[in-house]
Amino acid sequence: MDTAIVSWTAFEPILPEMFLVCIALAIIGFDLFAGKQREQLIPWITVLGGLIVLGMVAGEKYGQAFDGMFITDGYASFFKVVCMIGVIMAALMSEHFRRSEALPLGEYNSLMVLSAVGMLIMASAGDLMVLYLGLELMALSVYCLVGLHHGDPKTGEAAMKYFLMGGFASAILLYGMSLVYGLTGTTNIAKIAQLSSSGQLLTNPALMAGLGMMIAAFCFKVAIAPFHFWTPDVYEGAPTPVTAFMSVGPKAAGFAVFGRVLVSGFPQFHDSWGTLLSVLALLTMAIGNITALSQVSIKRMLAYSAIAHAGYALLGVLCGTPEGLSSTMSYLLIYAFMNMGAFAILILMSSPDNHRETLDDFKGLAKTNPAAAFMMMIFMFSLTGIPPTAGFMGKFYLLKSALAAGYTMTVIGAVIFSSISAYFYLRVVRYMYMSDPEHEVAINFTPGISVVLGLSLLGVIGLGLFPGSMIAQAAGALLGQ
Amino acid sequence: MSVPLLSTLTFFPVLGGLSLLLVKKEEVQTIKIMALVISLVEILLAVPLFFLFDKTTSHMQFTEFHSWIPTFNINYSMGIDGISVLFILLSALITTLSISVSWEAIQTKVKEFFIAILILEGMMIGVFCALDFFLFYIFWEAMLIPMFLIIGIWGGPNRLYATVKFFLYTLVGSLLMLIGIITLYAQGGHTFDILKLAEHSFPIGLQKTLFWAFFAAFAVKVPMWPVHTWLPDAHTEAPTAGSVILAGILIKMGAYGFLRFSMPILPDATQAMMVPMLVLSLIGIIYGAIICLSQTDLKRLIAYSSVSHMGFVTLGIYALNQQSIEGGILQMINHGVVTGALFLSIGMVYERTHTRVIADYGGLSSTMPVFGSFFLFFTLASVGLPGTNGFIGEFLILLGSFINRPWVAFFAATGLILGAWYMLWLYQRIFFNPVNKKVVGLPELTAREICTLLPMVALIFWIGLYPNAMLGFMHESVRHLIEQVYGTGVTQTASQVSAMLMH
Repeated sequence: MDTAIVSWTAFEPILPEMFLVCIALAIIGFDLFAGKQREQLIPWITVLGGLIVLGMVAGEKYGQAFDGMFITDGYASFFKVVCMIGVIMAALMSEHFRRSEALPLGEYNSLMVLSAVGMLIMASAGDLMVLYLGLELMALSVYCLVGLHHGDPKTGEAAMKYFLMGGFASAILLYGMSLVYGLTGTTNIAKIAQLSSSGQLLTNPALMAGLGMMIAAFCFKVAIAPFHFWTPDVYEGAPTPVTAFMSVGPKAAGFAVFGRVLVSGFPQFHDSWGTLLSVLALLTMAIGNITALSQVSIKRMLAYSAIAHAGYALLGVLCGTPEGLSSTMSYLLIYAFMNMGAFAILILMSSPDNHRETLDDFKGLAKTNPAAAFMMMIFMFSLTGIPPTAGFMGKFYLLKSALAAGYTMTVIGAVIFSSISAYFYLRVVRYMYMSDPEHEVAINFTPGISVVLGLSLLGVIGLGLFPGSMIAQAAGALLGQ
Repeated sequence: MSVPLLSTLTFFPVLGGLSLLLVKKEEVQTIKIMALVISLVEILLAVPLFFLFDKTTSHMQFTEFHSWIPTFNINYSMGIDGISVLFILLSALITTLSISVSWEAIQTKVKEFFIAILILEGMMIGVFCALDFFLFYIFWEAMLIPMFLIIGIWGGPNRLYATVKFFLYTLVGSLLMLIGIITLYAQGGHTFDILKLAEHSFPIGLQKTLFWAFFAAFAVKVPMWPVHTWLPDAHTEAPTAGSVILAGILIKMGAYGFLRFSMPILPDATQAMMVPMLVLSLIGIIYGAIICLSQTDLKRLIAYSSVSHMGFVTLGIYALNQQSIEGGILQMINHGVVTGALFLSIGMVYERTHTRVIADYGGLSSTMPVFGSFFLFFTLASVGLPGTNGFIGEFLILLGSFINRPWVAFFAATGLILGAWYMLWLYQRIFFNPVNKKVVGLPELTAREICTLLPMVALIFWIGLYPNAMLGFMHESVRHLIEQVYGTGVTQTASQVSAMLMH
């Protein structure tokens, strides 16, 4: 008699996720028992494990598992790569950061790896329940990460705010999902698409309400206005490596489910959500860019810039076309590099007694630390979207797909806000290059941060000059879907 | 061609500039010499273009083609024709001169300055070589970065305001053009290839929309009235080298954009918008000239005179016939030479007096007679005295526009009179008049400075006395351009007239 109840090959698609869980457990174990060496060991384990998983997700076999609940395809694997890049870079950065700030190493790394598990699950979710599972796993870990920094009262406030508002958003998401489930009888995204295309449901207001609530919750996760209010405070309050991580990993995962649910779950409703999202995208760019103009803290400015960039990335999703999605994917990858780079410079600048996060701290940096100033300048130009940096390529692709989908006015709005953004990004360059230094800033390039900066610079310049293969990858990923 | 000459010209200065990174920043002299040598080598590399260029065809020459982003059908495609070839030579020359004039003027961050100038040179040459609209846009925008830094770091007291204004004006215009480029791509058979886009015919409504999208980028750069306001600030605050490059090359790119993109790709809109463009050009000519009369700052005066002179250029381009367009292109070169030379001279005297206020000068010809005679050549070329290059360009433009629209030529001619007024009056106030005590005992030009100015004087008289040396490059390409705008056959008579005039 065949007693095998579980077919182990069925687990093959989730191997990377399982491996990551093991890494997280290993980190906790080392943190508890490894004694003195843990300081060295833990970041290494995270980085090495991250690299292995990066290889695994990049070479993933495409298919489905658990009856379509878990999908591994080009789309998922692209987002997973972005998330893993975020994890690896954040781990490398923390190696530098903890020299100036006391950061509990074990908790930091294990929580980050666990949140990465959540993100990977989100990217592969073919079912609303799996999606929620991943989302919560990610969110809970990130709430803790934000509050990890004991000394700073801002951190506690940020964590509390993020937790409360995030919990609220999750509740809205669940409510929306339950409405959709009630009307279609399934939580499988592909089946929802089949069922909702049949006549009656298309005009059902309850389904629209469910969809609307899900959109609202996703908007919260990726910081789209008017659901962005948590972002500046949380980004400013969180320890800088966590902020950098949040602006890359969770955001990419958020966009992954955003795209998956809307484009493969509700394609028939594109007329409604496309218009809605185009309004939201414009609002987001407006709020992000205009508010960033008046910031004196660079960290807070980058928080508003993260909001604005979520608006740009939304341009791809709202097209509802494969081309649009692949432009969002490319953009998020590029954004990961340039944003990580900018935050790495912020971390580089901070010292135990002084965070050096304001514009005034950057005065005359070109004179005292030409290398750091030069890199920051490249990242700022890339965030503005000036060629030949990668930021331009990403923005170009987004604009191109939004124009192809017929959103001309949205695109015109996007370029106007994008030129407004030039003002505050260039202000950083102005302070660094065109003012005299007020005090000496001692900068210490540790190996971790140097690797992050090198990778970011390579990404920003490399993807700017030779974007061909990345774009082909992103465009090809959607063909399999 | 087996040697990728245009790529070499584009990337040699960039690599050369980056090679300066290897030199220690204390070794200022080495850095300066290296920069000068790199720019001289660049001129040598550009010389073959002058001799190998085939003047009998309007086809693109020295072409290079490599696939770049295959998903979007974006290619690395380079090539030049009679319209662009001269600008490459001019860019190489002007960069060298501006490196030479910065020899003493730049005292801080010397290494970074020369790196920025050399990278800027590469980008400028790239703009003139690119045959793929996307590639063009990359060079066009990438140029902003070094220029932003040059004005912002080494500029005058009000440099921050000026450089940000310059950057934002150009960026807004360029981004609107980017939307236009993407629309062209979507409607024109999914290609960014300029030559293929020119063969494609677009509906007139779309053409008009795109025309204004391109106008946003090109008119800002030219600069045409009413989007010229960044120019006086940028020119005034930029270091001498920056002003020279701005006046000499950067603002030519706007007019080049009209010639290379707006006209061949959007011929119907070009015809339809001819009169509005002529009127804007006229306003620019007269407005710029009148403003010049009330300027108290030397550099600002020359900056406004650029607005006026570039008005002539766009007037020539949009009068849309063989003479006027050739005149327009020649006037672009002339303006690059003459205004470049004026800014060089002002830079030299500014190094001595540290003032740009016209009232601080007076009687300079008694203390610096050699300088006085150089400046006189440039002044006369600027007002268009026969025998100098300015005369040929303005004459062709007026002739061409008179054939099409006599009233336009009438108003444009008033700009000439005003031009003579403000330039000669400026000369009088600086060089004659009672000697101001601020200019007493100023040292005469050094050998380096004379060597910097001499090529400009030579060009002024060379073009002035034998314009066909330049115009010969253009005939075929301009004829082809007019064919593209009007369709074939129309231009026969016009080119005959031109042939009679020129030979």
